[in-house]
Amino acid sequence: MSLAAEVGLQLGRLRLDVSLAASDAEVVALLGPNGAGKTTFLRALAGLLPIGAGRVELDGVTFEDPLRRVFVPTERRPIGFVFQDYLLFPHLSVLDNVAFGLRSRGTGRQAADGRARDWLERLDLAAYATARPDSLSGGQRQRVALARALATDPRLLLLDEPLAALDASTRAEVRRDLKRHLASFEGIRLLVTHDPLEAIALADRLVVLEQGAVTQSGTPAEVTARPRSQYVADLVGVNLFRGVAAGGLLSLTGGGLLAMADPTTGDVFAVVHPRAVALHRQRPEGSPRNVWPGRADGVELVGDRARVRVTGGISLVAEVTPAAVGELGLAAGGEVWVSVKATEVAVYPA
Amino acid sequence: MTQPRQERVPAALGILAGLGAAFFILPLAGLLARAPWGDALTALTAPETLDALRLSLVASLTATAISLLLGVPLAWVYARVEFPGRNLLRALTTLPMVLPPVVGGIALLLAFGRRGLLGMFLERAFGITLPFTTAGVVMAETFVSMPFLVLTVEAGLRSLDRRYEEAARTLGAGRWTVLGRVTLPLIAPSLFAGAVLSWARALGEFGATITFAGNFPGRTQTMPLAVYLLLESRPEASFILSLVLLAVSLAVLVGLRDRWLGSA
Repeated sequence: MSLAAEVGLQLGRLRLDVSLAASDAEVVALLGPNGAGKTTFLRALAGLLPIGAGRVELDGVTFEDPLRRVFVPTERRPIGFVFQDYLLFPHLSVLDNVAFGLRSRGTGRQAADGRARDWLERLDLAAYATARPDSLSGGQRQRVALARALATDPRLLLLDEPLAALDASTRAEVRRDLKRHLASFEGIRLLVTHDPLEAIALADRLVVLEQGAVTQSGTPAEVTARPRSQYVADLVGVNLFRGVAAGGLLSLTGGGLLAMADPTTGDVFAVVHPRAVALHRQRPEGSPRNVWPGRADGVELVGDRARVRVTGGISLVAEVTPAAVGELGLAAGGEVWVSVKATEVAVYPA
Repeated sequence: MTQPRQERVPAALGILAGLGAAFFILPLAGLLARAPWGDALTALTAPETLDALRLSLVASLTATAISLLLGVPLAWVYARVEFPGRNLLRALTTLPMVLPPVVGGIALLLAFGRRGLLGMFLERAFGITLPFTTAGVVMAETFVSMPFLVLTVEAGLRSLDRRYEEAARTLGAGRWTVLGRVTLPLIAPSLFAGAVLSWARALGEFGATITFAGNFPGRTQTMPLAVYLLLESRPEASFILSLVLLAVSLAVLVGLRDRWLGSA
């Protein structure tokens, strides 16, 4: 099974231009900040929002192609959609909610109820068949939403921030269950999230969406090892630079030169882990090739480490021990020397 | 125990408020005090009373059914379809709520009367006469009562979270399934309130009915008309019928209490 989607549309100030292919072999997570167009993209795939340009195709069947005037309405697309706040029908019982899709597609009442019961069983909801959705806990509602979406045997399962409506205490457990259910579903699975942890935990492949465009895609390991945007670099917690490399020197787009051990040349990204940045009161002696003066602007405690933002010829974040913050007298800011070993500058083509 | 502090009522304000309340309560008390309870059964079971009662029920329920049939789609169009002149059209169809009912009756005569715009055609082409018939009663009642339903249902539709309809569509529901299994059930409280309001208005209709349909016992004489006319000939019977209408109004108010009186 395969999904091929090229979606171009304008919604208010958002210009969405996304090309995405997915197969049933992987769980794909669309990761991006709020307002990047993730939900809009899902809605377009579902036919809830017409696309202006492009094409949506599932298993070779065209759902939508504005040029050829093809548009399959939402109710005739073989999809399952789990909405962020689930949107369980408040006037129907849990069983009727789950049977809704089958009944709408013409299955008789008895058969539909029977299959809905099977789904409730599978998702440990059998005891709640007659309950109203508003009497359930967040995690239970999430499972009802999943059962309702899966009951029609969709070929494309779309999940919009499936864990966002849950409180932190239940999220880990629901996430584990969701991962299990996603693994047993035979079809294309596409989920949207702004939470990198959720994306990494649930997905085999990440597609990073920013301001309506895909900035990066790959396995979670690939994406986190080689960020290609400030957003991903911030998620991973590394310093990201862009520049031109030549002869062991990297000339940064924002100004400044970094010596590197990597022979790569051309337009590149460079990552420096905050742990690899050393801070000193005096100009350091010895081997580091990259040394420059800067000014400590702010200190933030992250776990048992302190992150110090340093502005200067090259601005970056350094990670030091809280003890070092005290020794260097950084809490109130001040002048520091920054050093980075050339071998700690990881470079890859842009 | 600390009680919420009771606000002291300024004397002048209290007196005016009391007068205001008395203005409503005294007439009701008068009705209850002067009603000839002993003759109640006789008055209620008099043939002309029963006729008026039956006609009122049939006409007002028919008017409500028509209001639902035509008013719900109209409300849907107002709530969901953008078109030029929508606000003007809504204003025109809401007009009967504020229009003096007599004027409504005259307007109906000019449209559906034997010399009216459409009435002339209806009579010539099909031999249908509407004024001064039971159908005319239903029309007059529908005319004045449907706006209540339309406005209530439109408000219900507007406050509905439309994403429920989208969720239904992702589950394979076509537009009629969505309407029948999601939209209408979710706005059921508005539908109920609108129907009850419009029914109560139809039941009490006087001005447009007497103007457009006249006052023929058994055919167009509804309860309000009977009450008014009996006041001359048999006031006691008129009091009893008034009480019946009062009881119905109270029942409506109690039925809609969650909506209007709060849950307290």
